[in-house]
Amino acid sequence: MCHIPRGRARRQLLVDKLGPSYLKMLASRALVQGLQTGFWRRVSTSSAAWAAHTHDIDVVDCSVPQYNNRLDTPLPDVPFVRNLSAEQKKLKEKEKGSWTQLTKEEKLALYRLTHELSFAEMRQGSKEWMTVLGGIFFFLGFTGLLVWWQRVYVYGDVPPTLSEESIAQQTQRMIDMRVNPVHGFSHKWDYEKKQWK
Amino acid sequence: MISAAVLRGIGTLTRTRAAFTAPLAVRCYSHAKVETDEEFDSRWVTYFSKPDLDAWELRKGMNTLIGYDLVPEPKILDSALRACRRLDDLASAIRILEAIKDKSGPHKEIYPYVIQELGPTLQELGISTPEELGIDKV
Repeated sequence: MCHIPRGRARRQLLVDKLGPSYLKMLASRALVQGLQTGFWRRVSTSSAAWAAHTHDIDVVDCSVPQYNNRLDTPLPDVPFVRNLSAEQKKLKEKEKGSWTQLTKEEKLALYRLTHELSFAEMRQGSKEWMTVLGGIFFFLGFTGLLVWWQRVYVYGDVPPTLSEESIAQQTQRMIDMRVNPVHGFSHKWDYEKKQWK
Repeated sequence: MISAAVLRGIGTLTRTRAAFTAPLAVRCYSHAKVETDEEFDSRWVTYFSKPDLDAWELRKGMNTLIGYDLVPEPKILDSALRACRRLDDLASAIRILEAIKDKSGPHKEIYPYVIQELGPTLQELGISTPEELGIDKV
């Protein structure tokens, strides 16, 4: 573990390496204090060391065979329950005899000792998709509310050219100058009767 | 004159392709011998029949077998179930039956057939089917 300088030694190091102008930029009080209170220490510590330190994290040892529930690997590498109670050990002893002597409950117990989930349980889906879809709609709705608020309170007035009378004047002008007289706009206006066809 | 080897070759090829008339030498098919179904079955029955098969070998064999694109014949499963008995592993025996049902996929008639064929063995060894134990349903 290399020595990381703290406090004044650290500021001196920054000045030496980067020059005084950088120092002003980087070594603002808040930043230095943040770094010193151990944020980096937490991030940089290896998880195993951290787990040993905190005692409340489940560390999975990936260097030994692990139990897994997989449809394509019906017999997992290790049994699900490794540490057997006295009762379970007795059952395991009974398993060494004839299996016709075992009751249904005992057979089921033996199965559950070795396997966490049956095939049916592995195959079963969950209702999580409903939660996900509901969450999507909820947030879309919330976004809609925000957009609505923005439309009302943030956007300025619409230009005066979009008012009723302005549009009427515009339309009249378009008719007068015969816009698209063959197939389009003015074609739809009846010039004799002075109305839309 | 068509030699016996070429005839054999054409024989293997016509199993996969109909109306094949060009000479063998022109095609680039592999000359490796294709294992027949019977050879495959007997190889696996022999594997599980080994008297001192250990737990790892049972697991490895079973997981490999399930990895193939086929449902194993009842005789292979019979051999595997007897291997489970030698290893005092009832849970694995039941798991194997579950795996066969799952492996059959949409072909629902395979599993009942396999159970029917294995009936005497299951009775003899005292292996309950997943249905009897209720673990076929959630």
